[in-house]
Amino acid sequence: MTDVALSAPPSPRRAMIGRLVSNPTTVAGVVLCSIILAGALLAPWLSPHDPLEQNIVDRLAGPGSEYLLGTDQFGRDVLSRLLWGARVSLLVSFLSIATAVVVGGAIGMISGYIGGRFDLVTMQVMDVLLSFPSLILGMIMVALLGSSVTNLVIAIALTAIAPFARIARAPVLVLKERAFIEAGRALGFSHLRILLVHVLPNIVTDLLVMGTLWMATAVRTEASLSFIGLGVKPPTPTWGGMMRDGFENILDSASLCIWPGLAILVLVLGLNLVGDGLCDVTDPKATQ
Amino acid sequence: MIGFIIRRLLASIPTLLAVLTLVFLLVRVVPGDPAIAILGDRATPETLAALRAELGLDRWIGAQYFEFLGHALRGDLGTSMVTHRAVWTEIAEALPHTIVLTLAAMAIGCLIGIPAGVWAALHRNGPIDVLTRLLSLLGLSFPVFVSGIFLLIVFALQLHLFPVIGNPRPGDWIDGLHKLVLPALTLGIVMAAYVVRVTRSSMLQVLGEDYIRTARAKGVPRRSIIWRHGLSNALIPVVTVVGLYVGILIGNSVLTEIVFNRPGLGKVIVSALTQRDYTMLQGMMVIYCFLIVVVNLITDISYGLIDPRVKQ
Repeated sequence: MTDVALSAPPSPRRAMIGRLVSNPTTVAGVVLCSIILAGALLAPWLSPHDPLEQNIVDRLAGPGSEYLLGTDQFGRDVLSRLLWGARVSLLVSFLSIATAVVVGGAIGMISGYIGGRFDLVTMQVMDVLLSFPSLILGMIMVALLGSSVTNLVIAIALTAIAPFARIARAPVLVLKERAFIEAGRALGFSHLRILLVHVLPNIVTDLLVMGTLWMATAVRTEASLSFIGLGVKPPTPTWGGMMRDGFENILDSASLCIWPGLAILVLVLGLNLVGDGLCDVTDPKATQ
Repeated sequence: MIGFIIRRLLASIPTLLAVLTLVFLLVRVVPGDPAIAILGDRATPETLAALRAELGLDRWIGAQYFEFLGHALRGDLGTSMVTHRAVWTEIAEALPHTIVLTLAAMAIGCLIGIPAGVWAALHRNGPIDVLTRLLSLLGLSFPVFVSGIFLLIVFALQLHLFPVIGNPRPGDWIDGLHKLVLPALTLGIVMAAYVVRVTRSSMLQVLGEDYIRTARAKGVPRRSIIWRHGLSNALIPVVTVVGLYVGILIGNSVLTEIVFNRPGLGKVIVSALTQRDYTMLQGMMVIYCFLIVVVNLITDISYGLIDPRVKQ
């Protein structure tokens, strides 16, 4: 009895991690994402062939000992291209969501903190961005800017800024009326310090949880843009680009579409599972 | 009801104006000269200047803006720079195909999503609920071009149940319906996945309310509690999601139309993008925004129909 009475309750952070680890969906999501991440990081060592090396003699070869998942219409090894393609997918989606979190988060925080007419106009602009079909906005931006990794990141980030601004703004409206923020102002702290030191830590969890879920969307958007032909330029392997190539040769070899399709599915499902798990843990009411 | 619709119509005017402004800025803020992008680096200064004058790019930006707004509000979207036909004519030819596809997908999404969501909520945390949640997460994870191609491989290439190419013969509605099945399923499955999740959580919330307990205590039949007292109160968030989802649906229809080689706005926008047809792109964006504003309006009006309290 005394043991129980004396042991301190676990810290909220440790309790949260405990709930996260005991949640089977989160664990499954982490496993799926880790497989893809490991494939991307270890691509130079895991790839049996050069992803760009063409071997016309072996074009459209089926799976076998030389080419585990077969070859594409130029005789390039599908497995090697999948592994290297994971890099583009992860890099573009991570960078675009990181940009959206930082820019959208800052817009939302500042807008909510300043309030008044500025807030009204900013949120109206965000609502307009939010109402626009994100894939079409991304397509138009890439087409206007030209397709490169940087432009893809900008285009996908633009489609995701508005939701992050909304998420960051809502708690700031409540927080700025609280006594500790008032106290900070009375002590003469700068607005920047109040925002970064006192407001930001209160909204960072929400931003990160949403970030995980939106990263799944970013992976889908990047793959969709590549599929339309607006992604990173060939011959750099991308999953969406591989789907596009496979689709053009679908009557000869359907498997060329199946492998990259499954890779996209595994990564997006993994990210969604992790995001759902994080939602459960941070706000158990949300997904009862 | 008419007063409610008029109020909502007036409320959507600022949104439409803001959207048109965004469209105008998007096309002009982007670095680079559209004239060079269209004609290429080798164009002579004279031809570039002529094109700029034709596009109105040589005038003060404010004048361009008001002219654009005036034309857009009158429904004049300009002439395509590639086909030299009126943008509106090109869009009007493609629009019905996209609307039919979108409506069919919405019907599939709601017909699968709402009953499955109610079913899952009634069996909370049971095997049916877990399975529904997992399936909906899987549905959400499919980019539509992947699910479209997978459906195409299974049902068209392997089982030969549907044609590979979905371009319907004009006037033959049975053929049109047959070719609509796979594209509509592709879009509808993803939508069903969204609808299931919202219906489930909304239904769970409503089923915990006092008036449901009262209805049970009064001996109201279970079926009536679920559908009449439960679902009709749980529908508002579902309608919101369906309304919001139309934006995603319109975006996704581009991919579906490419995969199934169907006519529609998707094909128009992709060819406008590849040929750098700026007036066409601008017109397409206006149309997309207009569609979204109309859908938001319909969503708002349907709130009033579902829940009489909203009208007040």
